[in-house]
Amino acid sequence: MRALIVVPAWNEQLTVGDTVREIRAAVPDLPVLVVSDGSTDHTAQVARDAGALVLELPFNLGVGGAMRAGFRYAVRHGYTAAVQVDADGQHDPNEVPAMLDKLAEADLVIGARFSDRDDAYRVRGPRKWAMVVLSKVLSKIAKTRLTDVTSGFKATGGRALPVFAEHYPVEYLGDTVESLVIALRVGCRVTQVPARMRPRRDGNPSHRPIKAMIYLFRAGFALLLALIRRWDLPSAAGPTPVRAPIKEGISRD
Amino acid sequence: MTSTYLVGLVGSVLVLAGIVELLRRRQLGEKYAVLWLVVGLILLVFTVFPGLLPSLSSGLGVAVPTNLLFFVGLVFLVGVVLHLSWEVSRLENETRKLAEDLAILQLEVAQQKRENVSE
Repeated sequence: MRALIVVPAWNEQLTVGDTVREIRAAVPDLPVLVVSDGSTDHTAQVARDAGALVLELPFNLGVGGAMRAGFRYAVRHGYTAAVQVDADGQHDPNEVPAMLDKLAEADLVIGARFSDRDDAYRVRGPRKWAMVVLSKVLSKIAKTRLTDVTSGFKATGGRALPVFAEHYPVEYLGDTVESLVIALRVGCRVTQVPARMRPRRDGNPSHRPIKAMIYLFRAGFALLLALIRRWDLPSAAGPTPVRAPIKEGISRD
Repeated sequence: MTSTYLVGLVGSVLVLAGIVELLRRRQLGEKYAVLWLVVGLILLVFTVFPGLLPSLSSGLGVAVPTNLLFFVGLVFLVGVVLHLSWEVSRLENETRKLAEDLAILQLEVAQQKRENVSE
């Protein structure tokens, strides 16, 4: 398996350098691809100096667009797995090897909060209800227990990677909820490993009631839309033709 | 009667002339051209023959002629707006894909250049 770490970053010059260095220290043999999502600060330069490959999107596309660019790069260059790690330092790169191991038996592995391990990351109120409802519904579709479907910390491999390179949703919450639904509908296996989340280096998720209610509503709507939407998806049964990977500076195999 | 008739006529001709001018300057795509030309022509026909609308609405069983005008106009505009929303979504998706591929190509070119230098 050839794996690539994808770090979507939008104006994160203060944290992206440390995040990249931390990833490289934790998994030295995996290349790190930072996708600068239309950043207007020095995110791209900081990431490059820290030793990452950098994709610079010409304008802001949102996390979904940034990740799709990362997936397309991965497929073009012959990688078979891509792991999303957020630039704000919320995701602990030391969990990456465990997630990649788990890819042997699944196409998509979620690094899940709220699992049995003790956790510094807490959410309350409507935002929590939304997460619980989404988890219940998606667990049912996936026929396995998923505790944290809104986690961005995900390893994508196997059949899911080529599908995501073409069809990764770019709308609000699409990168979490809808992407899981798409993966499940093309017959990918989804599973999770417990992963510790750290509090963000700057700020906390909003707990103001009105914002949380809006989140609940939009999450529900996103789920509904994902379930009724028609996708022109390739059938997962047929193997997709793999083009010869493009030659790169990094040696492999 | 005559003054309103004149105002209506001038207005319709101006709308039609505006559409033709936009077309002539290639500011309006060919696929919308026919639609707007037809709209402009229908407008002109109804202003030139003011008796046409009342007889048409009584034929359709609409009591007030202007209501027929409003109804048809609303349905038409809703259709146009829906179509434009669809078109914008499609264009947005296309620009997104282009932006993603542009970023990938930029990185590949940079890598290629570095490789050439080191050789």
